[in-house]
Amino acid sequence: MVTIVDYGVGNLASIANMARKAGTDCMISSDPAVIATADRLILPGVGAFDRGMANLEERGLIAVLNERALERKVPVLGLCLGMQLFARSSEEGRRAGLGWIAAANRKFQFDTSGALKVPHMGWNYIEPAQQAALIERLPAEPRFYFVHSYHLQCDDPSDVMCWTTYGYKFASGIHRGNLWGTQFHPEKSHSFGLALLKNFFTQN
Amino acid sequence: MYRARVIPCLLLSGERLVKTVRFKQPTYVGDPINAVKIFNDREVDELAILDITATPERRDPPFDHLKEIAGECFMPLSYGGGIRSIDHARRLFSLGVEKVLINTAAADDPALLSAIADEYGSQAVIAGVDVKKDWLGRTRVFNRGGTHNTGREPVEYARAMQDAGAGEILLNAVDRDGTMSGYDLDLITQVSRAVSIPLVACGGAGSIDHLAAAIAAGASAVAAGSLFVFTGPRRAVLINYPSAAELRAAVASVTS
Repeated sequence: MVTIVDYGVGNLASIANMARKAGTDCMISSDPAVIATADRLILPGVGAFDRGMANLEERGLIAVLNERALERKVPVLGLCLGMQLFARSSEEGRRAGLGWIAAANRKFQFDTSGALKVPHMGWNYIEPAQQAALIERLPAEPRFYFVHSYHLQCDDPSDVMCWTTYGYKFASGIHRGNLWGTQFHPEKSHSFGLALLKNFFTQN
Repeated sequence: MYRARVIPCLLLSGERLVKTVRFKQPTYVGDPINAVKIFNDREVDELAILDITATPERRDPPFDHLKEIAGECFMPLSYGGGIRSIDHARRLFSLGVEKVLINTAAADDPALLSAIADEYGSQAVIAGVDVKKDWLGRTRVFNRGGTHNTGREPVEYARAMQDAGAGEILLNAVDRDGTMSGYDLDLITQVSRAVSIPLVACGGAGSIDHLAAAIAAGASAVAAGSLFVFTGPRRAVLINYPSAAELRAAVASVTS
């Protein structure tokens, strides 16, 4: 059973559809009491950093997420903005992030008068930075769907799970202990995303 | 390596999928769910579904049908047709659509784009820009399914849509629609130079080479209807999509 945290941002139906396809039971909840019993969590999200943190706060979810992630150490997967919130800050906003990973979010900085535009929107490849359960046994030439203008920059490179190149190399996935995150959207990435999510649903 | 997106654009008319020529003569091409399942198997980059009769019939988007369709989409899905309010957009996002495409309502009320972008991010908002020649031969933006001349020029209009909060432009050359004769490359170049957000070119694709030409002309992504629903000179219905290797070889890649 995986619990998808509903904090008013992001396409939860798509994640639930992919979980169903992966053969995993899932529940969507915004109730701190329900989330307090979850043994596997997905923190989804699209949109602005400050709105994401404000929504978590308004729903009284920060304490329970901290307890699950940092004390009980249940597996948590952050997707897109959900992963960005693991960091301490973002150039996109003023609020503090969850601070679970020593990292900050930066805006893409390169010359956009050429072919590369911001946001980075479309399919791109990943390059493993560490041996991690989530990216094992993926179909050949794994590619994933990205939509973002900001990306994570980890203080400690050993937190990086995989890299992607767009303008320059950035951390497109992170992993430390029970914490996992992808900048891309596995729920919208066909067989590649399905395999990655299955890995998350089955790893301990 | 980063490759421009290649997007099948499917047209809904009631419960049926159709394909038009110059926005007219809708030909039945099949059942939407069946088409989506094939596009899943082919692992398409993204899918766009436009209900072409919603605005002309003054209807809301077909939410129940779209929920069923979105439940089968394991790729990013955009939807356009009949969206007139933030509530419409909310319902679409909650049923599994990633991006909403707004055309007629954005010309009448550009603030709708910013209202949706403020809540869901500009990446979730596409401005539809349908372009054709008016009776004096001037290139103008049309809406209401290509029937109403807004009197506005495409470059100025696209920039206004970007300023209003759109994160992407779907630029459709109505005179090329369904002709499979190639994209309007001049139009693509002009508009892409005027905006900094991704431009998706649509209208006229008849071959993979056409896709590559549109990207070379400045499109960030390419959409096509006929190319992915017909095969052969007699336009037999066959849902199709190139393999990842074919696309990589044919569509100009950007080395980042």
